[in-house]
Amino acid sequence: MSNSTRRRVLAAAAASVALFSAAACSGGTTRDNQGDAGAAPSSGASADPNAKLKEGIKMAFLPKQLNNPYSDVETSGGKVAIDELKGEYKLVGPNDASASSQVSYINTLIQQQQDVIAIAANDPNAVCPSLKQAKAAGINIVGFDSDAAKECRDVFINQATTQGIGESLVKMANELAGGEGEIAILSATPNATNQNAWIDVMKTELAKPENSKLKLVKTAYGNDDDQKSFQEAQGLLQSYPNLKVIVSPTTVGIAAASRYVSSSSFKGKVQVTGLGLPNQMRQYVKDGTVKKFALWNPADIGYLAAFAGVALASGQITGAEGEKFKAGKLGDYTIGKDGEIVLGPPTEFTPENIDQFKF
Amino acid sequence: MSELRRPGSRRALGWDSIIVALTVVVLIIASFAVENFGTSRNFTFLALDLLPIALVALPMTFIIVTGEIDLSVASTLGFTSALMGTFWTHGLSIETIIPLCVVIGAILGAVNGFLVTGLGLPSLAVTIGTLAFYRGLALVVLGDGAVADFPAAYTGWVTGNIGGGSIPNVLILLVILALIFGVILHATPFGRSLYAIGANAQAAHFSGIRVARTKFWLYVVSGAVAGLVGVLWTLRYSSARADNGAGLELAVVAAVLLGGVSIFGGKGTLPGVLAGVVLLAALQNALRLEDVSGQALNIVTGVLLVASVLLPNIITSIRTTWQRRRLRSAAAH
Repeated sequence: MSNSTRRRVLAAAAASVALFSAAACSGGTTRDNQGDAGAAPSSGASADPNAKLKEGIKMAFLPKQLNNPYSDVETSGGKVAIDELKGEYKLVGPNDASASSQVSYINTLIQQQQDVIAIAANDPNAVCPSLKQAKAAGINIVGFDSDAAKECRDVFINQATTQGIGESLVKMANELAGGEGEIAILSATPNATNQNAWIDVMKTELAKPENSKLKLVKTAYGNDDDQKSFQEAQGLLQSYPNLKVIVSPTTVGIAAASRYVSSSSFKGKVQVTGLGLPNQMRQYVKDGTVKKFALWNPADIGYLAAFAGVALASGQITGAEGEKFKAGKLGDYTIGKDGEIVLGPPTEFTPENIDQFKF
Repeated sequence: MSELRRPGSRRALGWDSIIVALTVVVLIIASFAVENFGTSRNFTFLALDLLPIALVALPMTFIIVTGEIDLSVASTLGFTSALMGTFWTHGLSIETIIPLCVVIGAILGAVNGFLVTGLGLPSLAVTIGTLAFYRGLALVVLGDGAVADFPAAYTGWVTGNIGGGSIPNVLILLVILALIFGVILHATPFGRSLYAIGANAQAAHFSGIRVARTKFWLYVVSGAVAGLVGVLWTLRYSSARADNGAGLELAVVAAVLLGGVSIFGGKGTLPGVLAGVVLLAALQNALRLEDVSGQALNIVTGVLLVASVLLPNIITSIRTTWQRRRLRSAAAH
């Protein structure tokens, strides 16, 4: 850099410092003094619980990204439901899981005048302005999998509550232990939000009289790393020879623990259960290591989203708390607080039913 | 080089003119053939989608014309977006944050400029390095979180239209900047010096053009514009995130090359580049409206890019063969 260049850079820097310090002094819009502009307009529409579900509803599914095996199963459930309801199903989505690319797809769906958009938001806020535009254009919005900001969607399909998962884990452990004995938890990381919330519920459940003969001897952490989880499972069985059940509320942990048990002398003596993916767990269920594990059924999420979407578009529900609707084979649902619809207890996978699930 | 020798005569058949014409044709066909394409609301969506690419493409054109490249622009955008979120949560006013982000963008650009011109390093290597480095800084600043509660007056302006019509407010910004950049590139001695640098940096140096200084300032401007786009991006999506704009640099370079700017420097026009931006965005928009999948969109973009490099070469070689044959037959007579 020549001398004159350096001088000019300095001058430019000085000028800009002056510029924004002036702006800073003039007292602009800060986080603390901005007006309360975020209030969502409440919808004036009222629900007609007796309204018939309309046929020919155009409903588009916008998952976080296309060609993801998990979301493919979710949206396939949506297609089944839309076919049952004689609507028009459409699946669109970006190749990358970024919020900004979802926005372009929302805009396209507005242009195509869809009746309902079901979205798994990559960023709850980034999709919000265009979802609001969609709502203004008369399109109903159903969140699934991953919620958008509350004011931008009508309802959200919550796959499972913390309470439901914790209860289900203890119930399975109790059954597999035969009502009494030592159990251990193999979790993800010590500060994993979801896992810790579930473990808290499990501890409350274990304190109940019907579970009083179950003894939680240790919570180990495999850090959601296959090798570490494998070693931790090994360590648990060496430290606690009377262990009856390992409960792993993470798909990585349950698969690693099952792999260790199936290849060790503990096979058949120690049970593994928890939250797992059928495709990862199939071989351990087939070889008898695992008798039972659970997860919400992703296809049901899409199925329920489709029924909720068509019910919204037909005026049967508006998304207000307490409204009820029927969701085909899944039965009756009631909308909870903030427009949340809870799918229900997780699905249990057993040697008898595992072949029906391909995800 | 041939363009320098015979100015004007190639104008009518230059690749940039072909792209401008092609863009017009695509827009007309799409308006008739693609349902919902020609509506005013779709125009708004299209304009909002192409704005960040178009803005970043302006200084990128200058840089590529001089034979250099800046691949760090999208990471600069991400870094300013992350900073914007952090500043906002720390209570700075938005009126302070916006100029601050532009200045920080300029500083990041100056770092690129210094590495390229001060240390004489190849710009491709330098800006691939800062692409990773700036994105890394963005993640350090904001992690994988997001800041979303920006004032509605600002987010509303960025997504809003002039007087509630169908022309987005931010389009004014693009028009003004495009005019400034266009005039500088095509109607000033400075603009001509950029072509001279791109055609032959050494010759340009010996004819009195301050090559290093010019390039340095181009990087500063590129960084400042990327910083500005970081602000606009954050406000448009009401979301400051470290991964904002990831991959945008490729879309920008693609549009610039498609618009007829030579990657080796010395050739290209701004109208061609803007047509390239519009062509890519309009094609994607129209294909999405026709429910063409994302993968197919990538294929179309890829084919167009290869064609934009290949076709001008084929045209030139056909023309040379034809000229040679004419000269030979003239000599025979």
